[in-house]
Amino acid sequence: MSEIANTQTGEISAPFAKRFGPWIFLAVALIVLPLIFSSNIAVYTMNLMGIFIIFALSYNMLLGQGGMLSFGHAVYFGLGGFMSVHFMNYIEYEVVVLPMFMLPIFGGIIGLVFAIIVGSFSTRRAGTVFAMISLGIGELIAASSLIFVAFFGGEEGVSGDRTMGPVIMDVDFAQDIEVYYLIAAWAFVTIALMYLFSRTPMGRMANAVRDNDERAEFIGYSQRKVRFISFCASGFFAGIAGGLFAINFEIVTEENLNALTSGVVLLMTYIGGVGFFIGPIVGAVVFTLLQTVLSNHTEIWQLYVGVMFVLTVMYVPQGLTGIMAMHIPAYRMKRLSGLVVPYIKAGIPTILMLSGIVSFLEMVHHVRAAALGETMMSLIGIEFDTHTVMPWVISGVLAVVGGYLTKSQMPQLREAWEQANAPLDSGEGASS
Amino acid sequence: MKIKSTILTGATLAALSAFSAQAADTIKIGFIDPLSGPFAATGTNGLQQFRFAVEELVNKKGGVLGGKKFEIVPYDNKISPKESLVQLKRAIGEGVQFIAQGNSSGVANALTDAIKKHNKRNPDNRVLFLNYSAVDPALTNAKCNFWHFRFDANADIKMNALTDVIKAKSDIKKVYLIGQDYSFGKAVAAAAVKFLGEKRPDIKIVGNELHPIGKVKDFTPYATKIRASGADAVITGNWGADMIGLGKAIGETGLDVPIYTYYAANDGITKTIGASGKNKIRLVHEGPANPPSTDTYATYHKDFKKKNPEKDISQFRIANAVQMLAAAMEKGGSAKPIDVARALEGMEFTSLHGEKLTMRAEDHQMIQPIHISVHTDENITFDSDNSGFGLRTETTVAAADTALPSTCKMRRPK
Amino acid sequence: MFELLFFSLLNGIVTGLLLFMLASGLTLIFSMMGVLNFAHASFYMLGAYFAYTISLYVGFWPGLIIAPILVGLFGALVERYGLRYVHRWGHVAELIFTFGLAFLIEEVVQFIWGKDTKAYHEPEILQFALFTVFGQDFPAYKAFMLLISIGIFIMLLMILTRSRVGLIIQAAITKPNMTAMLGHNVPLVFMGVFGVGSALAGLAGVIAGPALGTFPGMAVVLGSIVFVIVVVGGLGSLGGAFVASLIIGLLQTFAIALDYSVSDLLAVFSITTEADSALRDLWTLSLPQVAPILPYLLLVLILIFRPTGLFGKRET
Repeated sequence: MSEIANTQTGEISAPFAKRFGPWIFLAVALIVLPLIFSSNIAVYTMNLMGIFIIFALSYNMLLGQGGMLSFGHAVYFGLGGFMSVHFMNYIEYEVVVLPMFMLPIFGGIIGLVFAIIVGSFSTRRAGTVFAMISLGIGELIAASSLIFVAFFGGEEGVSGDRTMGPVIMDVDFAQDIEVYYLIAAWAFVTIALMYLFSRTPMGRMANAVRDNDERAEFIGYSQRKVRFISFCASGFFAGIAGGLFAINFEIVTEENLNALTSGVVLLMTYIGGVGFFIGPIVGAVVFTLLQTVLSNHTEIWQLYVGVMFVLTVMYVPQGLTGIMAMHIPAYRMKRLSGLVVPYIKAGIPTILMLSGIVSFLEMVHHVRAAALGETMMSLIGIEFDTHTVMPWVISGVLAVVGGYLTKSQMPQLREAWEQANAPLDSGEGASS
Repeated sequence: MKIKSTILTGATLAALSAFSAQAADTIKIGFIDPLSGPFAATGTNGLQQFRFAVEELVNKKGGVLGGKKFEIVPYDNKISPKESLVQLKRAIGEGVQFIAQGNSSGVANALTDAIKKHNKRNPDNRVLFLNYSAVDPALTNAKCNFWHFRFDANADIKMNALTDVIKAKSDIKKVYLIGQDYSFGKAVAAAAVKFLGEKRPDIKIVGNELHPIGKVKDFTPYATKIRASGADAVITGNWGADMIGLGKAIGETGLDVPIYTYYAANDGITKTIGASGKNKIRLVHEGPANPPSTDTYATYHKDFKKKNPEKDISQFRIANAVQMLAAAMEKGGSAKPIDVARALEGMEFTSLHGEKLTMRAEDHQMIQPIHISVHTDENITFDSDNSGFGLRTETTVAAADTALPSTCKMRRPK
Repeated sequence: MFELLFFSLLNGIVTGLLLFMLASGLTLIFSMMGVLNFAHASFYMLGAYFAYTISLYVGFWPGLIIAPILVGLFGALVERYGLRYVHRWGHVAELIFTFGLAFLIEEVVQFIWGKDTKAYHEPEILQFALFTVFGQDFPAYKAFMLLISIGIFIMLLMILTRSRVGLIIQAAITKPNMTAMLGHNVPLVFMGVFGVGSALAGLAGVIAGPALGTFPGMAVVLGSIVFVIVVVGGLGSLGGAFVASLIIGLLQTFAIALDYSVSDLLAVFSITTEADSALRDLWTLSLPQVAPILPYLLLVLILIFRPTGLFGKRET
């Protein structure tokens, strides 16, 4: 999927399987997933993923495709949520008659309207000015939301009841699984639309303006107009994500549009990889998993996320998808198998080192946070006493030995990597 | 794609295995409260009190229903209503059937609504909401529902008791109201205006101010304003970091008037206020600490301090909630939320303090004696924040006199 | 009324000058390297926490010196091994790096010091009322904060305008390449300015910790306000940052002090409003309520209508 969805390369006349294969795969996956992971918590996690996927993709229309760094994207997400939850209440009180699944459209519309208003002045320039305006607008709207209680509901937010709409085909959205299929359907449609947007001449121009706005101007495109259109589309899709959020949680609060949410969407998009269309999807999936699964097992999961984020920015600016994409040339040359052994050789000590570091951090945290006299803690099922020396020694040894071995494996890994990516000799046949 | 799917399956498998490993013989109580952010101190203190109460009052005595133990499962809601619903879903997914929450009425309003909806949609997997501290009157009036039980006295009940004290002080002519801008802060302000208007129409309310909750970094401008208004008494419902900030700022301006509060004690507040609030700060609450009531309570308190030297019993109602929950299970002979709820309705109970409490059936509001105490360092047996300062009870209002009528029209499940 | 105005003025100046200590460093860094450092307020937080830990062992006063130095060193390291490395990925990556760093520092602080407010107090020697006017006390510690901030302002001004180092810095701000050509070590200047800027933020944290509380959220609370000051004051303008800091400080205290609402304004024009209209929140809007919005409103307006800021010469 990654190679086709890559925004950098495009083959218009690809064969059918290659063109529609990923989409069929996506559709099937969306339908089958809840059958495999059917527990409440899994469905809940996937609902969240779906919402974040749309939100992160819409964010990447700005950052990845348009080169606009926004610190206030949650505004459109949150406003979309508020509008939808108000419509949810209108439906309940029969002010309007509408099926519930239409709600995200209203979210999208208000996202679009606000994006038009804000975009009209903020897209004049990209770079820091745009970032600062987005930050200012974000703080402005978030602070206003606590003041205009009639629309935003103040500190408590606005809540609704998604089951109060007209029942169509026996679906009243009482159960999360029904909401899942709603989100999945919306996700499929919006992903397709956003992908198509990136393929239009307009989407291409957004890339051009991102890379060099002066040249784009010289060939006759107004960089401002191009940015403005991307911005509006992005606001629209963020609003839809907000509407789905409102349906899923039945409550929308100030938090949905404040700086924290804006930060989270930046974080997951970036971890996923901004240079690829599927980057934000990967980011949203990974981040949601971290948020729901990791937080079950450790209280300091945000510390790990923070470290991961900073390391990503420093060393892999292409994100997780970038790492995957790096393997495409080797894969095409059918040399991926040559990398497996070096990966395992370097991977095992790396895991040792990481587990050493993680267990050290967890123990420090346990010693500080646990109640007095409570000295036992358990890590991956192993119980031990943090007030004795042994666990500390073990974690220290793990970290140091693992670190040393990892370092010693690096030259081999690099060599294998270069071998796998070396240009083909004329004798070997190449695919694609 | 390969890495992604491996991560996905691996992580989800790990998650599923974690959830399936529920021990069948424990009864889980999900504790949804702020464990991070400006109100973390209040939340973690509550958590330790819950853990201690469960251990001392239930598990050490052999558990309930023939040996079932209580277990407290903490969930951090960061004081946000949205995050609370997220955590509620998680808790329900992990097999929790009893939810305890107390900090912030905004959260409680969201939770009671969500639990009502959940129970309606999932009749075979219902949950019960034990509200141990959120005192917005609406929760047992307009928004009351069968699954919600409140163990603290609501803001109106407390204000009624507080204004009884103010009524007797003829030197108070001007009152300043300040609170956090959300349902609870508004409820306190409304109750103060109402009861003062009834009991002392001559008192002038010289300020009625709401500030953003948890966001004010410096309370000095507010303190200046209070000082300049010439008020001779201040009423505030502030708690957590907002009470620390306000108490500090008021102390610095040298304002020398009585301050009537709901929560100006423990969790670092007593220590911050220290000597500057001596005999000035008064608190309306349940569960008197000084002078010590009974030997049973004194032992309970000492044992708690032995285990948690840095914490205090700031919310005594937690012990009541835990004991009454256990008693209700024994009484109904079942740990199913609906049976427990029926057993709790109208339940009469004697607390560790030896006080008689009733869970009023019509609105699920606990009716209990209310105390008004002063912040001082004289005759203090159990101090707060290990500061030497603590609360000494001055006035006690009997349980029957605190009961206010409720507008609750509860619908009960069949 | 006069009492209220007098004390609001004093409090506003104290807040404003505190903000200036943060903003002065940030504005230098911003105008020099073009990077808006999101982690700047995190250095402020680190200053407070370092000083708290130091005060546990050797008291408040050594912390006043040591903590900012530690923060400054840390800042220099961040520039040398973080920012300079990320620079190769471009401008956006630099911004995102500082953003991630701010997130990470907050988590690390919570990990090391815990999530609750620390009992970091002003020294005993400053715990008295300096003077009492209209029966209201003015704490000596506030005066101390005032003194330190003014001292820093004068010192910065002297260094930048009267010393050789200051001239090189000014040159590096406007024409970094030219300065490098002349044989000055511009990267070193960058690192130095970043370090000193961080140290100033740290110092602000040391003196603000006891007054405003030392807790993990203290960076977030001030972070975006400082941006507002830098942008409003104008790029590279220390004087602009000074004026903007005071404006923001006074704006916030006076907005809380003065209890006027929109309906009061309308009443002047004898317009009456309905109590239950959909726009009711707009009519009852009062100054204390809108106080938190005002800085951001100012920011957006400035960026739209005067992107150079009040005193800046270049666009942001």
